[in-house]
Amino acid sequence: MFGKLSLEAIPFHEPIVMVTLAVVAVLGLGVVGAITYFKKWGYLWTEWFTSVDHKKIGVMYIAVAVVMLLRGFADAIMMRSQLAVATGGSTGYLPPEHYDQIFTAHGVIMIIFMAMPFMIGLMNIVVPLQIGARDVAFPFLNSVSFWFFVVGVLLVNISLGVGEFAKTGWVAYPPLAGLQYSPGVGVDYYIWALQISGLGTLLTGVNFIVTILKMRAPGMTLMKMPVFTWNCLCTAILIAASFPILTATLFLLSLDRYLGMHFFTNELGGNPMMYVNLFWAWGHPEVYILILPAFGVFSEVTSTFSKKRLFGYVSLVWATVAITVLSFIVWLHHFFTMGSGANVNAFFGIMTMIIAVPTGVKIFTWLFTMYRGRIEFKSPMLWTVGFIVTFSIGGMTGVLLAVPGADFVLHNSLFLIAHFHNVIIGGAVFGYLAGFGFWFPKAFGFTLNERWGKASFWFWLVGFYLAFMPLYVLGFMGMTRRLNHTDNPDWTPWLHIAMLGAVIIALGIACQLIQLYVSIRDRHQNADLTGDPWDGRTLEWSTSSPPPFYNFAQVPAVSDLDAYWGMKERSQATEKTANYQPIHMPRNTGMGVLMAAFSLIFGFAFIWHIWWAVGVGFVGMIVTLIVRSYDDDIDYYVPADEVARIEAEHLKTLANANAGLAGERVNSSMEKA
Amino acid sequence: MSKKRYPRLFGILPFTGMLFLSGCDWTLLNPKGQVGIDERNLILIAFTLMLLVVVPVIIMALAFAWKYRASNKSATYAPEWAHSTKIEMVVWGIPLLIILALGTVTYVSTHHLDPYRPLDHEAKPVTIEVVSLDWKWVFIYPEQGIATVNKIVFPANTPVNFRITSDSVMNSFFIPALGGQIYAMAGMTTQLHLIANENGEFDGISANYSGAGFTGMKFKAVATSQADFDSWVNEVKGSSKTLDAATYDALVKPSENNPVELYASYAPNLFQTIVDKYEGMNPGKGHGEHKGETADMGGMDMSTHAAAGAEE
Repeated sequence: MFGKLSLEAIPFHEPIVMVTLAVVAVLGLGVVGAITYFKKWGYLWTEWFTSVDHKKIGVMYIAVAVVMLLRGFADAIMMRSQLAVATGGSTGYLPPEHYDQIFTAHGVIMIIFMAMPFMIGLMNIVVPLQIGARDVAFPFLNSVSFWFFVVGVLLVNISLGVGEFAKTGWVAYPPLAGLQYSPGVGVDYYIWALQISGLGTLLTGVNFIVTILKMRAPGMTLMKMPVFTWNCLCTAILIAASFPILTATLFLLSLDRYLGMHFFTNELGGNPMMYVNLFWAWGHPEVYILILPAFGVFSEVTSTFSKKRLFGYVSLVWATVAITVLSFIVWLHHFFTMGSGANVNAFFGIMTMIIAVPTGVKIFTWLFTMYRGRIEFKSPMLWTVGFIVTFSIGGMTGVLLAVPGADFVLHNSLFLIAHFHNVIIGGAVFGYLAGFGFWFPKAFGFTLNERWGKASFWFWLVGFYLAFMPLYVLGFMGMTRRLNHTDNPDWTPWLHIAMLGAVIIALGIACQLIQLYVSIRDRHQNADLTGDPWDGRTLEWSTSSPPPFYNFAQVPAVSDLDAYWGMKERSQATEKTANYQPIHMPRNTGMGVLMAAFSLIFGFAFIWHIWWAVGVGFVGMIVTLIVRSYDDDIDYYVPADEVARIEAEHLKTLANANAGLAGERVNSSMEKA
Repeated sequence: MSKKRYPRLFGILPFTGMLFLSGCDWTLLNPKGQVGIDERNLILIAFTLMLLVVVPVIIMALAFAWKYRASNKSATYAPEWAHSTKIEMVVWGIPLLIILALGTVTYVSTHHLDPYRPLDHEAKPVTIEVVSLDWKWVFIYPEQGIATVNKIVFPANTPVNFRITSDSVMNSFFIPALGGQIYAMAGMTTQLHLIANENGEFDGISANYSGAGFTGMKFKAVATSQADFDSWVNEVKGSSKTLDAATYDALVKPSENNPVELYASYAPNLFQTIVDKYEGMNPGKGHGEHKGETADMGGMDMSTHAAAGAEE
């Protein structure tokens, strides 16, 4: 009846896990209780869960990403503290059984369930606004994507209390991830969490390709598109091209595990090297999927806070396109040590280095955007300067690892760990956090507290260097990754410094949470009434903060690269005609939630071999899809009067705000003259 | 605000400090074998080349951020300036030149340091066959007829030819003090050629996570004089233990932190038998058709660089 599932699946014998579960349960009950007490379920359901509004979906993506950041960071702290104490004969407090799940979960969560949703959340909030669209091309699909991603998150977290997670490392290389060496349900949790959320990601990729190609405001040619949108377009293309590889690879691994096939086993013609190749054929484009939108954020932030046009737009766009193409022909650099010939290794090494050229160009364009600017150091700009310095170091160590002869000794060492945290934290995460602060007022209508934001930046930056520079050193000392304990006295001090760094990063995260609390508390003082708190350059700043659900009462006509800046220069920014047209909008729907709920049953049942429930989940998904397909009532028109009413209200706020700002404006225009 | 900018400089100090300290006792920067020395030199050359562009970038980032801060009204402000063919030529050109140089270094060094390439040396190489198990290393000396677990001894200043496979999951065979690593994979024979330039006892590890006992999957690699090596071989030959089929089958069972074992002899053709267990890896080859040099004929032989599509 319940397949492999029984009460024994709950790890009662693991005190750390049980305490964690208890804490999660208490917090969870607290949240559920609060929502019930304040009667907010109806509000959450109608305004958020069933919403197809790209802005709300974006906010939900980032909310889940922040929660998963805390989960993934808890894993990180556990690993660092284990390695800080497990020296000189001690084996620490985490036995391999538990520790191996933690480093696997840390990797999977931080990449798939923290970085990806954070990035997709920013894309969702910003891209349609930046191109002057009213929503994404397929709003319902967007809702489905989000809820599939949530199912992946749920599966990973369920594995904490029911069964186990994979003990294979986040790459899950067979034969270790095969049935023979990993007979438990851990790898199955891994497979289904990635499959279901990966499907959501693929749909997002398709959605944004179409949105960006088909829904730009009139006049916005491709070469007048904001750089963030350009980066998102390239990311969406990478997603659409690479995620099917992951899906197919994990499907083959499932066939091995569920039907006894031999794609990746040692025996009967299986070839684990094929998995390694396929995994990285997805895995390498994946890291560019993470970093490109962050590059886009830095471009917008640098130009806005330097009060200057972005330097070398055309170079930047072509550099982005070059990275997109090149990212598909470098995957073998993840395993130079697998025994390919010198020519193969040299080819992939040199291809990898070539990516450093467009990446270097990008860095120079940000530098020359700052050059002769008037740089205002709001926290997004601090993240950007911190990024340029940090990422240059990470890029350098990356190119070093691309030299096969160097990689032979550095591969899989802590040097590698330091490198990819250097580029993922110093690149992607800094970018997302810059974007978070930059667009927060757009999404919520008030700015974030600068004091706590800057405190957070400095803790993160210092913590990052303390946590990861020692890992470079340890790599040079010959320490390999995924060790459970060490017995080399020379390594111990460096492991302790790294632990200290992790604690300082924890303070940075704490500052961000305090920043959120303080900013929400002071939201009225920090309200952004103009919709344009940073004197922005692109279209998202031309509408109110938060934007009305239809984004733009009239679709803007674009004639410049910095569309909104141009309008402001020509004083067209506040020109509004009273001649509003009815607006065509999609209706909210709970079908995405329902479909994802069935996929949760499907995935969970597959993990535990509960075959009848697999059937229920599968049929449920298909039936939901069919029912939705026959639903004709999926859209409506917002009457022109309603638009006029909302706009009038906004104009009134704007007039009040402008009256307050008038003095300031005069000063700044004098300066420009 | 302006006072706070300095911690960013402090942040990179450990890293630059690392480069200055590169002579000290960090294993990879102070290797004991020629391959490791070549790889260390390659790392230093590549670093130097890249610092040519990375250092100016970091300086520019900090200098521009400081000079063009909003409060510095005396700095030039050019809000519309967004293109300069000269600068763009430079920012594409300089990285391109550096990568061109580094690419050349890479091409040459990748061939020179190819782990499959036998070392140029007048001494006759020693061959050691390596099998990774859960979670220990089995070493077979085909020329001496002995076998060990978790320990190898070999003469210094003599090339050592490793032939590597796995009878379990993937591992990576790595002696950091001597030079690069290579994966150990079932049904396949990979190769690694190393040499110790001096006597010494070095740590050997698996550098690819392989499951619960991975941390304890360590061995000692001891480089000695030729005379000491010969006497060690004789000592092992006097051991009461032999690595017959039954002993090997017992070894295959997962175990952690195995002690060193020395075997006076081993089951005939043991290494090749282990590779051939996973026959499916080598379609079209029947049993018992091997000639002579067992290792190179085995399984999916990586030594022929069958995957080297780029050569065509």
